[in-house]
Order: sequence, then C-alpha cells, then structure tokens
Amino acid sequence: MNKGTGSIARIHEARTTTPRIDPEIKSLMGNEAIARGAWEAGVKVGAAYPGTPSTEIMESLGTYPAEDLDAQWSTNEKVSLDVAIGASLAGVRAMCAMKHVGLNVASDSLMSQSYIGVNGGLVLVVCDDPGMHSSQNEQDTRLFGQFAMVPVLEPSDAQEAKDFTKLAFELSEKFDTPVIVRSTTRLSHCRSPVVVGEREQIESRGFRDSPAKHVALPTNARVRHPIVLERERKLKEYLNTSDLVRWEPGSDELGVITLSTCYTYVREVIPEASVLKLGVSYPLAEDVIRRFCDSVERVIVVEELEPFIERELRAMGIEVEGKKYFPRVGELSPENLREGLHKAGIISELPKTTDLGIEPVARPPVLCAGCSHAGTYMVLRTAGARVMGDIGCYTLGAIEPLKAMDACVSMGASIGMAVGMAKAGATDKPVVATIGDSTFLHAGIPALIDAVYNNVNITVLLLDNQTVAMTGGQDHAGTGRTLRGDETHRVDFEKVIRAIGVKWVKTVDSYDIGSLYQTYREATQYDGVAVVISNRPCALDPVKIKGTPFYVRSEGCTACQACMNLACPAISWSDELFDGHHKVKINQTTCIGCSMCAQVCPTDCIQLSETGTA
Amino acid sequence: MRVSTSSAVEREPSPTTAAEPTNVLIVGVGGQGVITVSKVLAQLCLQNKLKVKQSEIHGMAKRGGAVFSHVRFGREVYSPTIPLGQADILLALEWAEGLRWLPYLNPETGTFISDTQQIIPPFSCRNRKRGATSNYVFRSVEQVKQHVPNSYAVDATGMAEGLGNPRAANTVLLGMLSTALDFSVDDWQAIIAQSVPPKTVEVNRQAFLLGREWIQSDAHKEEREQVEVAKPPPAPVVDDVVIDLEITEAWCKGCDICVKMCPERCLALNSSEIVELANPDACTACRLCEWLCPDFAIAVHVHKKETAIA
Repeated sequence: MNKGTGSIARIHEARTTTPRIDPEIKSLMGNEAIARGAWEAGVKVGAAYPGTPSTEIMESLGTYPAEDLDAQWSTNEKVSLDVAIGASLAGVRAMCAMKHVGLNVASDSLMSQSYIGVNGGLVLVVCDDPGMHSSQNEQDTRLFGQFAMVPVLEPSDAQEAKDFTKLAFELSEKFDTPVIVRSTTRLSHCRSPVVVGEREQIESRGFRDSPAKHVALPTNARVRHPIVLERERKLKEYLNTSDLVRWEPGSDELGVITLSTCYTYVREVIPEASVLKLGVSYPLAEDVIRRFCDSVERVIVVEELEPFIERELRAMGIEVEGKKYFPRVGELSPENLREGLHKAGIISELPKTTDLGIEPVARPPVLCAGCSHAGTYMVLRTAGARVMGDIGCYTLGAIEPLKAMDACVSMGASIGMAVGMAKAGATDKPVVATIGDSTFLHAGIPALIDAVYNNVNITVLLLDNQTVAMTGGQDHAGTGRTLRGDETHRVDFEKVIRAIGVKWVKTVDSYDIGSLYQTYREATQYDGVAVVISNRPCALDPVKIKGTPFYVRSEGCTACQACMNLACPAISWSDELFDGHHKVKINQTTCIGCSMCAQVCPTDCIQLSETGTA
Repeated sequence: MRVSTSSAVEREPSPTTAAEPTNVLIVGVGGQGVITVSKVLAQLCLQNKLKVKQSEIHGMAKRGGAVFSHVRFGREVYSPTIPLGQADILLALEWAEGLRWLPYLNPETGTFISDTQQIIPPFSCRNRKRGATSNYVFRSVEQVKQHVPNSYAVDATGMAEGLGNPRAANTVLLGMLSTALDFSVDDWQAIIAQSVPPKTVEVNRQAFLLGREWIQSDAHKEEREQVEVAKPPPAPVVDDVVIDLEITEAWCKGCDICVKMCPERCLALNSSEIVELANPDACTACRLCEWLCPDFAIAVHVHKKETAIA
C-alpha cells in the first residue's frame, strides 16, 4: 500500500493554497470559535446550561446580533437539547452546548432523537474535562456518541473548532442525524488565530409533517432503528474520502493514529512519525485506517481518557498499541506523551528540567472573601448535621476548615439523597440538603416534590446567591434576566416551594450568622420538609461587592483563630503572637466587609476600619 | 521570531530554533491579572502575523488559586501547552508561583522574571498548634540564581506604587518581558493602552517604560543585584508543654457551645451531658472554649513539660 495516498484530502493544504482576499483573522478562544462556526453556519436557535469548560460558547453566541439568532440559557441541559430539537424540527439550524456531565442529563432526549433524525441541522457541542479541572468526573463523550449512534467530530484547535462546527450542521442535514462536536478544556480555553468567514444565509426548511418519523412510538422506532444502522454505514463510507480524516506521511516505521488536541502533542513530540489524524471518533473511517496501518511497521494510538479508538481497532483485527504506554486518567500532555513514547522505546531521552527540590505552597481553590456560603456552612458545621451537598461553589464547603458536607454526587442530587438518608433512619444528626439557586431550578424541584410527597423529615437549605456563580456568574430563571441581559420574569423561590406543598419555609440573611443558626435550629426541629432560603448575592456577580473592610485590633486578639473557621481568604496570620499562637490580620484590599468574622470573634477585636483606625 | 539578542536579558539563539515556537509561561494567583497579561502578549503576536496559542485553565472558584497561562508563538505552533523544560521565559506575578513553575523553564537558556510580592494563602495558615509556622515556601533570590542564572527578581508592586498605582505592577513586568522579545515598543504600548482602563493609560505607559529601563539601564545595575524577597517570620519559640483542660462538672449545663465552637472538634458531651475532652491530641490550647463558656466551667492550663503533673 502506498503511504500518504493523494486521495486523502488535507485540510491544511486546502486552507493555505486557496487564494483569499485578505482573510479576516481573529484571535478566538476554542469556545468562541465554536460559536463563530455556528453563527457562520446560519444557526437560528442556541440553548445551553452553563458548565465549565463549555460556558463561553453560548455567552459568545449571545454577542451576535439578535436579528441573526436566538441564544438562551435553559434551566438544564436536557431542556437546552429539547429546545434545539424543537427548532430543528421547525426547519432551522439549532445548537445546544453543555459540559460532559450535562450530556448525562440530556441523554434521554439524545437517545431517541438519534432515531428521529433532524430537519434543520442539529448540533450538540459537548466539552469534556480530562484532568477534572472543574468537574466531578472525567467521562469520555466519545462513548456516548457511539452509544447513541451519533457522529462525534473532534477538532484539534480553534480554527478546526470553527470549521468543524460549521461542517457539523451540513453533516447533520446530509445524514439526517444529530451531530456532536466534542471539545476538551484544552481546546475550549485555548486562544489562537482563526480565519473567519461570513454568515451563510440559510432559509428555514419549514416544518415537515412526518409523524411516523417524529413521534417516538414503538411502532415508529422499530422502523427507524435499521435506518440508523444504515446511516452509520453511510457515514463510514463518507469518512473514507472526507477532509475530516487527514493522512500526514512520515516515517515508515512508526504510524500514529490520533485526534483532538492529542494531535497537537503528537506533532510537537514526534514530528517524524506518519500521522493519521481522525477528525471524527465515531464512526471510524475503516478503509483509510486499514490502509494507514498497512503502510507502517508499528501503529500507536494516542488518545485522551478511554482506549476508545484502540478497542475499535482491535475489534477490527488490527494490531495496535496505546494505553499500555499512556495514562487512561487525566489530561494528555507533551510530557506524558513523551514518557509513554520513551517507555515504548521510540524516544531515547527525556529532557532535563530545573529542579529546586521544593514542595510549592498548596493553593487550592477557596470560597471568595465575603462569600455568602461561608456562614451557612459554618452554622452547619457547628450545629451538626448530616449534609448532602450539591454542585456549585458551595461544594468547597466540604473541605477544611468548614468541612460540613458528607456527600455530593451530581446536579440536584442532594435532596433525593437526603430523602433516602432520612428513610433509612440511620442518622444521629438532622438530615440536611444544601443546594444552590440554579442547581435547584436545574434538577432540585422534582426531588423536593418527592420529599413532600413521601413525607420525610429533612431540612433543605436553598443557598440563593442569585447567579450561576461557579461558572462565572451567568443568569438563570431566578435572576430575572436573560442571556442577552433583557429583563424577564423572575422565579419566586418561596412561592414555588410553597406551591410544591412545603409548609415550613423561611428566608434568612446569609451574613447574619445568629439568625441563620436560630432558623436552622427551628427548621431541624420541625417534623417534615423544612426549607431555609439564604439570600445574599454572590460577592462577585452580577455586581462586585466592595464595602468598608474590617480590621483586627491586634491588642485584643487572643489568637483563638475562630474567625479562620470561615475559610475567608482575606484572613491570615499576622506576625504577632499570643501565647505561642499566631494572631490574625485582615487583608484590606480583599475584605469586602461582610462582617461574618466580626460576628464570630469572641473578644470583639474585629472592627470596621473607618471607626477603628481613623 | 526568537528572543532578542540585543536586549539586556540575554539568550543565545540556538540554530534549530527558527521553526520552533517561543514559549512564555505567565503565572500568578487568581485575581492578579495573569490572563490579562497573557492576552496582551497574544494580541501582540497576532498583530505581528505570528501563529500564537494561549492556553489557560479557568473555572471552579479560582480566586486565590494558582493561575497559569501558556503563550506560544512562532511560524507554527502545535501543542497549546509548553512542554516541561522548554519555557524560554517564566514571568511570575507572585514569588512562590514562580518557584512552582521553575521545572517548566528551559534549564540552560531560560529566563526567570518574578515579582517579589508574596501572597500567603490562608491554606498555609491552618495549623493552630503552638509554635506552628506557615508552610509558604521560601527561597532567596540567591538560591534561585544558583539554578537559573538568568533570574530577575523585582519589586514590581513597589515600583508601580511609586508611580501612584500599585495595579500597574503587571505593566512594569510587561516592560521587563519586552526586553527579551523582538516586538517594537510602540506595538507594546499600543496594545497595553487598549487593554487597560482609559484613566490609567498614562500610568501604564510609564510603568512599561520603567520596567524596560530597570532591566536595560546600567543605572539600575546595583538595584537589580540588591533585590531580596522578604523572609518569613521566624518560627515562634515555645516551650514543650502539656495541655490540661480543667472542667468543673458541677457548673457545666451541657449547652454544648464549646463543643460546637471548638475549631479542632476535640470536645464532646458525655452520657451525662457534661463536656469532656474527647480528643486531647487535637487540642491546641486556643482557649476558645474557656472564653465562650457562659458558666466558667472550663479552664485551660498550659504547663511546661518538666513541671507538668503526669
């Protein structure tokens, strides 16, 4: 077999040889490039629920003119996919974006939509987080694509992120299938120059009346399933001659099959290898892969997370190596790629580094100075509770010194877990669920209904900081503002909770530790479902709060460090000692004046700066 | 595009570098402006028609956490991250963060530029024991220079304060960085002016020039050599002690205020609802229980070891 046959088109060549009249180049983050691609493809409706590393996609799409498209925050990822499905069936191009775990929520619709297909192009952008920079697991979306039999496109840089997204809409319409564009943190949050184009004017296809296709009834689905299998075959055929699969000829001895950002590491570390870059991880371009493998002596698969491609190739009867050299956990990097190739005997030497032999100071993420969650978790810690937590900044309440969370699983899980724990009757402390405002709207409401319906004795703390804080302060149905910042109806949490049937609801100021404590005690003494809403806004979003800072009157400080239990990053040790213990000081720049430390100080030595020092 | 040889921060151009990208690693603490600084550099590269990739991690509650941004530029750039040991320049906005990333610096030709500013995280002040010290890592400029000859420690924050705006410290550092790269001063200044608040354009312009001059001019030679990072306070000298909690059971009404407020969670109520020291090893003698007890039922005694009663 000839290696590097000319029949395999090369995207890069096409890109550089096509004469362009002053191509416009923009510096775009991967996520912005995806939004740009969607805009250029003429997308009409976009919907998403924020989640790192995917959040900026919809934020960025929302910066394009409102006449061009509608971009919205949805209450959760399933709703966002359903919105996109509806728009697609109505005849326009539609997109939804989510993080990898968001697809778990949306998967119910995806599995059936795969059978139904599309009318206008339907694209799901799913961002994986290998290395779990900001996630609870590192599941591999390629497996989901295969599971749902939906093609998965794998861009490797911002330019491809834009180009592939655009192409995804075409493929969706051509093959009558939803298409997943898969990104990872390293692509989503990497900025590089992108040659941009203009928006295509795509007319709506109009609604097509086709109940046998669009209604997921058993009789219809039985007809659709074989069509989906046929679609998979056609896609494979298409990929064998598509630009999406790129053969970069090199050494006869070593061939590397790779995809996504892994491709960039391969080019960096072993530029001499023959490379087959897969732009699509499901389905696989079987013919090209076989020809590539025949053309080289040794084939190594370089992929992040699961040995997905490796297993598929083995199933095809192709002898390949891969995960025996590279980690299945965490991000791939030039470093661990080099180490793996060293193990495989391909690279002889590892580079030297500067080693000072030091353990750098630990700097884990912390709650912000003035975070309204700090007081709530301090109360939970001191009052004692079995706390089922949820996903948000407040998950940091699980670590020292607050250390007031016993379990946390997924979005909205806290209330259901509390129900189970109360039903099990195995707890010595009151059972409490803590859940944020946006998480409550996302998946907490059905669980609260479950709690009332099944008449359990639990306390729910609704930590309403009036924003999706963890992803950088996005709006949601409880803020009264849309993605584009327009005013809209604002969900009244107390009314919703009462309407569900909760009899005991109280709202309390998150900064008032005494009231929080009292209210918490009353709530746990109530027999039934009690809900406490704590309602201070996030210290950073939508408005950065900065009040008069507090300071420590050092002569009064007895170094008990009770204030440090709040985990406030503005409080640290001063150079002074009391009885062998460090006194504390407050950073005047970062303190926002929330007063919680002053409330817990037993010697009253923490005071407002203007009254104390003037 | 390679590191300039005419600058004061000297590097030897290696013959194979023409096709390889230039690697600048910018690090600091959340909220310091690492991302803004790296955006300026990336924009500059773009304007000079270079391929550039800028890779960062954000998400989670990153305020106060370690933040880093990889900027790579040249004729072709593949990996968005700088491979270990291949950074040409490590620009640190905070001293310990600079030390953390030193392994990424090219051990032979790398240049290290760091603000001497120290941001001590609350996490390193978590030990309440008597005589505890912060675990903030300390290495002197001298110690670093032994490993990295091209090291520049600078009190950029102090210099920016001198100009009347401590927030211009990052621009001082950019001025220093500019001496190691082949971009024109005008290009730098134009992009910085676009990236800062309109009111601070002038102070940032001065800060940039000050940073450049500080590295390049012989007038600052002595100053450059004298920069030191602040040493951590010495460990408190404490005697070896025995901690003894005297609980007057008759006065304890089991309100459990002390149990709830004990930072180390070493107190508990026993079966008769009287407080007891359940975990004596964890007690740090912070005396919080003594001060909080409404009934004066707890007294904390700290005995020197030789006089302690067994």
